[in-house]
Amino acid sequence: MATTVTQKELKVKAFNDLIETHVALAGSGPPVVFLHGAGGLTWDPFLDDLAAKFTVYAPYHPGTAGDPDAVRQLRGLWDLVLYYYELFDKLGLRSPAVVGHSFGGMVAAELAATNPDRVSKLVLLCPIGLWRDDHPVQDWMGMKPENLYKLVFYEPEGPLAKQMTALPTETDAKHDAIIKMTWALATTGTFVWPIPDKGLNRRMHRITAPALIVWGKHDRLVPPIYAQEFASRLKKSQIAMIDKAAHVPQLEQRQQVSKLVADFLRG
Amino acid sequence: MKISMFHLMPHRELPADFEKKYDSVWVDLPWSELADAGRVGQYYNWTLDELVYADQMGMDGVCVNEHHQNAYGFMPSPNLMGSVLARQTKNAALVQMGSTLPATNPPQRVAEEYAMLDCISGGRLVAGMPLGSSPDINFCFGIPPLEQRERFREAHDLIIQAWTRKDVFSFNGKYSQLRYVNTWPKPIQTPHPPVWVPGSGSLSTWDFTAKHDYCYCYLSYFGNNLAKKVLDGFWERMDQLGKDRNPYRTGFLQLVVVSETDASAEREYAEHIKYFYDKSLHIAPWFFFAPGHIDYKSLVRSTKTTLDAINKLAEERKNWKYKDYVDNQFVIGGSPQSVADQLEEATRKLRIGNLMVLLHIGSMSHELTKKNINLFAKEVLPKVHDIWDDEGWENHWWPKKLLKQPAVAAKR
Repeated sequence: MATTVTQKELKVKAFNDLIETHVALAGSGPPVVFLHGAGGLTWDPFLDDLAAKFTVYAPYHPGTAGDPDAVRQLRGLWDLVLYYYELFDKLGLRSPAVVGHSFGGMVAAELAATNPDRVSKLVLLCPIGLWRDDHPVQDWMGMKPENLYKLVFYEPEGPLAKQMTALPTETDAKHDAIIKMTWALATTGTFVWPIPDKGLNRRMHRITAPALIVWGKHDRLVPPIYAQEFASRLKKSQIAMIDKAAHVPQLEQRQQVSKLVADFLRG
Repeated sequence: MKISMFHLMPHRELPADFEKKYDSVWVDLPWSELADAGRVGQYYNWTLDELVYADQMGMDGVCVNEHHQNAYGFMPSPNLMGSVLARQTKNAALVQMGSTLPATNPPQRVAEEYAMLDCISGGRLVAGMPLGSSPDINFCFGIPPLEQRERFREAHDLIIQAWTRKDVFSFNGKYSQLRYVNTWPKPIQTPHPPVWVPGSGSLSTWDFTAKHDYCYCYLSYFGNNLAKKVLDGFWERMDQLGKDRNPYRTGFLQLVVVSETDASAEREYAEHIKYFYDKSLHIAPWFFFAPGHIDYKSLVRSTKTTLDAINKLAEERKNWKYKDYVDNQFVIGGSPQSVADQLEEATRKLRIGNLMVLLHIGSMSHELTKKNINLFAKEVLPKVHDIWDDEGWENHWWPKKLLKQPAVAAKR
């Protein structure tokens, strides 16, 4: 995916200096933290759009850049939340807006729930974190890749899906890509295995930040019914259901979602 | 050499179109479509009878293991099988390969049940301490993959302390917090039963077994040719760590089928071998290794060195016939003499002191299994039993009371 914005990469130590976090940084304007999904961080055109209007801080989840075992310093979700507050401190962010996609959406909601003062606005792009037995979130870590693509993309055979899922043809690069993806799933997955319901349900009432909930109407990984589940637990929220999009609406309908998010963050 | 019969207790009658109809033999295979409890009761009883028969025929040990939610081998509780075997066998070691440590909670349960088995059997237990497979531990039992190894090590420390400490102690672990650990009973064997750790070739397990002086067992269905590379690595690592080359430091699993002649072996066993590799091992790749089940270093190593070879082999194997499995040593098969010759070559090549042989394979009937056990014990075992005797090593990884017994089957 071609991106246009120049990013810098910061390395910041947090959590009693035990974890050195790589943070992609670009743009100017008010700060926005972007928390990526289970597959790891790829700087994409949606982040370009954000960076055109905001200063975007996109931290790599512990273990997905730098020391692969850094994630082992965190014993659970509570540690992960406290670690992020320390990272925010190191970045000089008192109460930034936080945009989170999928796994990152759950983390964003946890950050806003544990200490509501640390998140000023919340954008949740198809977040995980809640559970309904009648509409289970699908098991993205135990599934045939082709089947996963059918759940994640509105057009599983379309150019975006191809671009996001194709492995490099060159052997070393292909192996590196497999390792990177596997380890991203491992290090994020450890906080939500085997069912991504770790008590957010009981903490969400604490969230004071206004929230924008964005969902692809065709998301089959985390069914759109969860948009209402999130909204019903939040004090101030709005839902945007996106046509012709599934689990990556910010790329599947990028212009529309970029505008929605920017308007919400500036409003 | 010590030679034990391994049993998986598989489903023996999967339908012909099984591997076409279902994605995976493990994790999400529907019981109600494929199994009948009454019939499965028969499988368990056959399995027990076959292992008891192996003891009667003079095999050194009998091995059972733990797996869940599958038709490949479903002894969810190896210690239930072990308790029957503790009563019904007389001379064999009970090689429990065994209770999976990360999924037994609290882990003293392993210490207790193994001690019970050791008490009931009069000190014949070999305490297998498996990490557990990814389908079992992560997908069936819900343990986060990244925690699996850490949980294993913590459980191991607790079990060894539970067996060896004389005081009542507190155990403040990350995964187990126990105010009073005071395990009743303790095992007969002191300081504790020999420990075997099954592994799949990862460096961290080699170091772990070396550190504690345990027996490392490489359990693979891909035969001794492919195992050579792994075990060469193991022995080199032992050299680096200053450990001796005592062959009893390792174990290996080999599929073995014996008949009167090479030709009759093919005639009798070919379909069962095909069944085993096509159906019993029809494991969906996405359930085989959950992300994080192997640590980062091993992930990099296996992706870069073996991933493509494994995929290629899996493709080739689809067209394999009996002869290919035997030629490639996935299976050692043939007449007693030819099996003995191949086994000797394999064990010397790998430097294995504790050999496990899978004598029931896939869809083999009870009768054919007994024949295989009979021929193996009577005509192969005596030919390979003394392979390491001339080197004079002591087997520290075998129940002591069983070492004093005459080692050759014919004498019993």
